[in-house]
Amino acid sequence: MAESVKDIVLEYVKNEYLEEGDDREITYDTPIISGGIVDSFSMVSLKVFLETKYNISIPDAKASPEAFDSVNNIITLLKEFGVQ
Amino acid sequence: MPNHTPFMKPYEEEVKSFSWEISKKELGYKDGDIINIGEYCSDRICRMGKSEKLALIWEGFTGEEKRYTFNDLRQLTNSIAKFLRDDLGIKPGDRVCLFMDKVPELYIGFLGVLKMGAIVQPLFSAFGPESLLTRLQDATTTAIFTQKKHLPKVRNILKDLPALKHIIVVDDDGAKPLKEHEVAFNMDKVERVDSFDVYPSTAETPSVLHYTSGTTGKPKGAQHVHYSLISQYITAKYVLDIRDDDIYWCTADPGWVTGTSYGIIGAWSNGTTQCVMDAGFKAETWYKFIAKHKITVWYSAPTAIRALMKEGTEVVKKFDLSSLRHLASVGEPLNAEAVIWSQEAFGMMFHDTFWQTETGCIVVSNYPGMKIKPGSMGKPFPGIEATVVDLKTFQPIERKGIVGMIALKPGWPSMIRTYWNNEVTYKSKFQNGWYLCGDRASIDEEGYFWFVGRDDDVINTGGHLVGPFEIESALLEHPAVAESAAIGKPDPINMEVVKAFITLKPGYNQDKMLELEIMNFVRKKLSALAMPQEIEFVDSLPKTRSGKIMRRVLRAKEWGEDIGDISTLENDM
Repeated sequence: MAESVKDIVLEYVKNEYLEEGDDREITYDTPIISGGIVDSFSMVSLKVFLETKYNISIPDAKASPEAFDSVNNIITLLKEFGVQ
Repeated sequence: MPNHTPFMKPYEEEVKSFSWEISKKELGYKDGDIINIGEYCSDRICRMGKSEKLALIWEGFTGEEKRYTFNDLRQLTNSIAKFLRDDLGIKPGDRVCLFMDKVPELYIGFLGVLKMGAIVQPLFSAFGPESLLTRLQDATTTAIFTQKKHLPKVRNILKDLPALKHIIVVDDDGAKPLKEHEVAFNMDKVERVDSFDVYPSTAETPSVLHYTSGTTGKPKGAQHVHYSLISQYITAKYVLDIRDDDIYWCTADPGWVTGTSYGIIGAWSNGTTQCVMDAGFKAETWYKFIAKHKITVWYSAPTAIRALMKEGTEVVKKFDLSSLRHLASVGEPLNAEAVIWSQEAFGMMFHDTFWQTETGCIVVSNYPGMKIKPGSMGKPFPGIEATVVDLKTFQPIERKGIVGMIALKPGWPSMIRTYWNNEVTYKSKFQNGWYLCGDRASIDEEGYFWFVGRDDDVINTGGHLVGPFEIESALLEHPAVAESAAIGKPDPINMEVVKAFITLKPGYNQDKMLELEIMNFVRKKLSALAMPQEIEFVDSLPKTRSGKIMRRVLRAKEWGEDIGDISTLENDM
């Protein structure tokens, strides 16, 4: 069965933004921006990942810290671009 | 909200009468006395009758809150100092690194290290292993305070750090065994030490080692001394206007100089209650924090202010921010639009302040009670002689409105004394009797300074300086990269962000996945600040005939500026 978008994003966040050995649990609702897991500079790389993976272009105005603050928020954003 | 008369007299009057002796007198310090920042910020405040006054209100991103009085500060800094000296055998002058998020242990640990005479080396916790390694190697650091989450980074580089003997974990819960060299220290459970023989440091005893980036070479350790307190105390009082009944919030991370000079020393030497929030940026969270704790004085950064501005004024209205009475900003120039927006949003303007790691304190600023010209840096702090000098002759420029390099007459208390292991570079900062800041500005008819830009290739992103050399070196370690150049490109929020130009090795093709891979490669090695936000793949880079990459050509094109003299350019672009 194909992995869901939600799981792909969650796995990417875990693999890319948690240090090796950092065993914090991240769920779909974990605040990743306000929780300090992904900072505002790193958010750009997360945006590039989503754009590349799903062949979309997210305008800067839509790429707010709120829109990226959890995997669920990201999924809501992606739906606006037809990704589900 | 009480209506305060500013501490500073009208500017011209203050310039005539100001002397650093005012600060010394208020601090009860006489030349030749013992002066220890740790003691001045804790024990001294308790002796002034403020033992039970709150020193720190800390909030984590989950909303968890901790509160510490000045007596807690006094006892806990004693406990930390004793632990370092008696349990670990740390000696005065040893370098002790603080590598933590904005947790209470960072703020209190800072004073504890100073109290026992060691040199405190705060490092930004988002640094990757390579950035961390470079700075710990240069300082031959003996001990490091860190958290579980950052422990893997330290463990990974430990083999290259023979001087590092102690890794102190502040939040060890015993779930996983600690390894060799690692020791747990739980500040909330440690035995309170009521009396400690504070190290008898004097004016020139080294205190803080802050690393700062340059155009070439490795980051430099800017070495401060305990005497810096004289500047930091009085500038916090006069410029930030903090006073006894204030609740102060400095948003800077103590991994950078603002977070220590004004996020620790300035606030606590004045006996002021300060708030700290250990959470990522989110407009509503910030406003909620101000409203909840009734913050009165707020010292932040243009990047944050512009990010708040982006969210608009409607969100501001959801919160009661009537406690605010003074706003100030530092990090990079605060644009006029942001100053004007703050008037609309908060009913008062942000006061821009200018200074650097090397100056240790605010040197040019807008002051409470002084007319603000939106977009201007303000005027020199009384007691500091500042001007702009000609870039070739280093003579002060007399004509108004002409751009030169910002220069300061050495001699104020918090000027760094050297760069660690790098006296040659330190000396090169002085010309014709002036300390050269490396920033360009002009001065108008009324004596206001107007920032123009850096005079070198250093990238100012979100108020933090990032050296292009470090980024380029990291890029070259990626298997696909043949050559690289890093510059700052304009950014509406961060002023500049890193952009990299890359030529690829044979066999590699440019595509978005490779761009992302390279971005993450640099982020993990150095830090998110150093990660290129954009990568442009090019066939060749502009070089001089001797083969040196001409970053200024790339930068000029990016900023739409005149490329200047390209007679030494080797290749067509």
